[in-house]
Amino acid sequence: MAKGIMIIDGVRVPFDGEKNVLAVVRKAGIDIPTFCYYSDLSVYGACRMCMVEDTKTGKIEASCSMEPRDGMSIRTNTAKLLKHRRMILELLLASHDCSCTNCAKSGNCRLQELAQRFGVRHVRFPDTRPRYEMDYSSHAIFRDPNKCILCGDCVRVCEEKQGQGILDFAGRGSELQVMPAFDKKLSETKCVSCGQCAAVCTTGAITVNDQIGTAWRAIHDPQKRVVVQIAPAVRVAIGEEFGYAPGENILDRIVSALKIMGVDEVYDTNFAADITTITEAEEFLQRLQAGGPFPMFTSCCPAWVKYLELNDPKYLKNISTCKSPMEMFASVLKEKYAEKDAADSRTTYHIAIMPCTAKKMEAARDEFFHNGTPDVDLVLTTRELVDMIRETGIHLDELELESPDLPFGLGSGAAVIYGVTGGVAESVVRHCLPDKTKNALRQVRVSGIRGDEPIREVTYDVGGTEIKIAVVNGLVHAKELIADVEAGKRFYHLVEVMSCQGGCVGGAGQPYGLTAAKRERGKGLYAADASALFKRAEKNPVVTAMLADFGPQWCHDHLHVHYGTEE
Amino acid sequence: MSMNQRLARVSEIIDAHGAQPSQLIAILQDTQSAFNYLSQEDMTLIAQRLGISTAKVYSVATFYENFSLEPKGKHIIRVCDGTACHVRKSQPIYDAIHDYMHLTGKRKTDADGLFTLETVACLGACGLSPVLTIDGEVHAKMTPDSALALLDTIRKEEGLAK
Ligand code: SF4
Ligand code: SF4
Ligand code: SF4
Ligand code: FES
Ligand code: FES
Repeated sequence: MAKGIMIIDGVRVPFDGEKNVLAVVRKAGIDIPTFCYYSDLSVYGACRMCMVEDTKTGKIEASCSMEPRDGMSIRTNTAKLLKHRRMILELLLASHDCSCTNCAKSGNCRLQELAQRFGVRHVRFPDTRPRYEMDYSSHAIFRDPNKCILCGDCVRVCEEKQGQGILDFAGRGSELQVMPAFDKKLSETKCVSCGQCAAVCTTGAITVNDQIGTAWRAIHDPQKRVVVQIAPAVRVAIGEEFGYAPGENILDRIVSALKIMGVDEVYDTNFAADITTITEAEEFLQRLQAGGPFPMFTSCCPAWVKYLELNDPKYLKNISTCKSPMEMFASVLKEKYAEKDAADSRTTYHIAIMPCTAKKMEAARDEFFHNGTPDVDLVLTTRELVDMIRETGIHLDELELESPDLPFGLGSGAAVIYGVTGGVAESVVRHCLPDKTKNALRQVRVSGIRGDEPIREVTYDVGGTEIKIAVVNGLVHAKELIADVEAGKRFYHLVEVMSCQGGCVGGAGQPYGLTAAKRERGKGLYAADASALFKRAEKNPVVTAMLADFGPQWCHDHLHVHYGTEE
Repeated sequence: MSMNQRLARVSEIIDAHGAQPSQLIAILQDTQSAFNYLSQEDMTLIAQRLGISTAKVYSVATFYENFSLEPKGKHIIRVCDGTACHVRKSQPIYDAIHDYMHLTGKRKTDADGLFTLETVACLGACGLSPVLTIDGEVHAKMTPDSALALLDTIRKEEGLAK
């Protein structure tokens, strides 16, 4: 990696391995504007916002595509550069639907931010673009091509991180657009609803399907008993929007806010995650006895399930038949609240607050519809809840803390780590290992099952059998792993797959954030595990009593799902 | 030719290029020569066989103007758009034919699949401008009316009422 000293605006700045001049300039404390540069993705170099001027030659060049060289001297804010940047912005705005006041991305939009920062107050060019049709077809995301500035971030995340290649450029010149193949609606493509395109979009061109209105209508309907479950990853990310550090667990404030907003009961998805761990571990042990089919794939991530269904259905039999924690929660609620509903003639309305856009798609699957109604009535993402809290004007830091309601508010440490990559596998391992000591827990913790690498491999001894496990985050890596398994290069008994980077903490419904924030959220979940009352699913007294009460037949009928079969 | 036969042919074209993603443009060109246009099924198959996304294939196919994404009509009309013809009012001729064919949006082929309307750069017949060709045959010194009369004649020959 190159090392040396650059002169930036007259100041000597050492560099050591930064991949481009842009990174060195940012390290020097100068925030060069960019549209098409997203540090987690490949460099595209098309927007030309990041230009810098060579002090010697006066040439201007895109800093995201320049390698730092020793002795290089550049300026970042010359008259030429400022004029150039303003011109780009003006041209972009000329063909942009500038309706900031009612745009979902307002406040988080790069175009808006930079237009303000560079003081672009009027646009001299007329907008000649045709109006493009909106795409409301996806359960997860919403596309408004009239707001697209062609930065290509969505194209690259979908291809490079998720391996899906659903979106790409089409046409050329003034007709250039970003769209799915053949200008199809997203629902007609193999889009898996992961939402990562919305998470990286620089503008309001791709946003999360907003269902806030539906949520308020339910909350304000006296006939409805609104019951909420909150997923693990939400609690360590939502605070970022209210001035808390990434990773800070503010579950108790969220519970309190939801109550003030008018929600009747607030529960914890952790409760259902404990059921999932127990059920999935049982299934895994059964497969070990039966000799397969291996690898057993985890089933919690709906984008991953969708991926296999659309692209590699022969592996559907490898997916654990366990429903996701969200859907298990729904099954329990349906069972337990039927009587309650009959007694006070209200209808229970079940809202799940998730870090994930794909959960909206999962809730809409046929498998999770009974008698014409979905098992989970509504899925809201973390950011939708943020917007609702903002709307109420509630100040989170002034609230009295409140824990989730009982009985379904209780979860183990093994449940809360479901929100971070490796967490599901770790919980299942904790359950399967015969050694129930603290030391065994510690050994699992440091076994390599935790971490940032996209694919991690670990081996454990379960009752004399050597168990091989892989943990994957990012769908592109899952594709890679399947290819290797298919070629006989790798073998695993259990593979955990989460579509999003870092696991659900990096879900597309979370506050916008880069790798560093996602890592902190993961740490926040591990901290919650460390301070949890009990750390194994089977130690959850409510769960074990309830499962015993329901009996094996009920569990078999209500906690399992068979994707891609007639059942 | 059935869809399966067509896709089998596309597959052969892909094989002839070693199923290499780097040969995408050549594969699209050969497919286009074989069928005059690229169908969605062609492009989907090409993407699958090359292991790239369908959106990428579509991206390339829409970038180059030479690729046509809709079947061409039985008769191809090309109105010259060169400087000489332009100066002598080729645009009204184009517009008249466009209306005659009831074309909307980016469509270039009429609903009957009888005509496809395209423009072409200077045909080297500037002395006869404005000119157009129908199925390669040059028609000189056109007006909107005389152009439409030609199309009417073809419609009659094809047994289609005006
Ligand atoms: S995308 Fe950004 S600039 Fe465009 S309307 Fe929305 S907030 Fe405003
Ligand atoms: S939701 Fe995911 S799969 Fe669908 S287009 Fe966006 S990034 Fe690609
Ligand atoms: S949809 Fe968003 S991320 Fe994709 S190219 Fe347009 S502005 Fe960029
Ligand atoms: S950020 Fe460098 S060209 Fe777009
Ligand atoms: S310009 Fe039309 S033939 Fe030359």
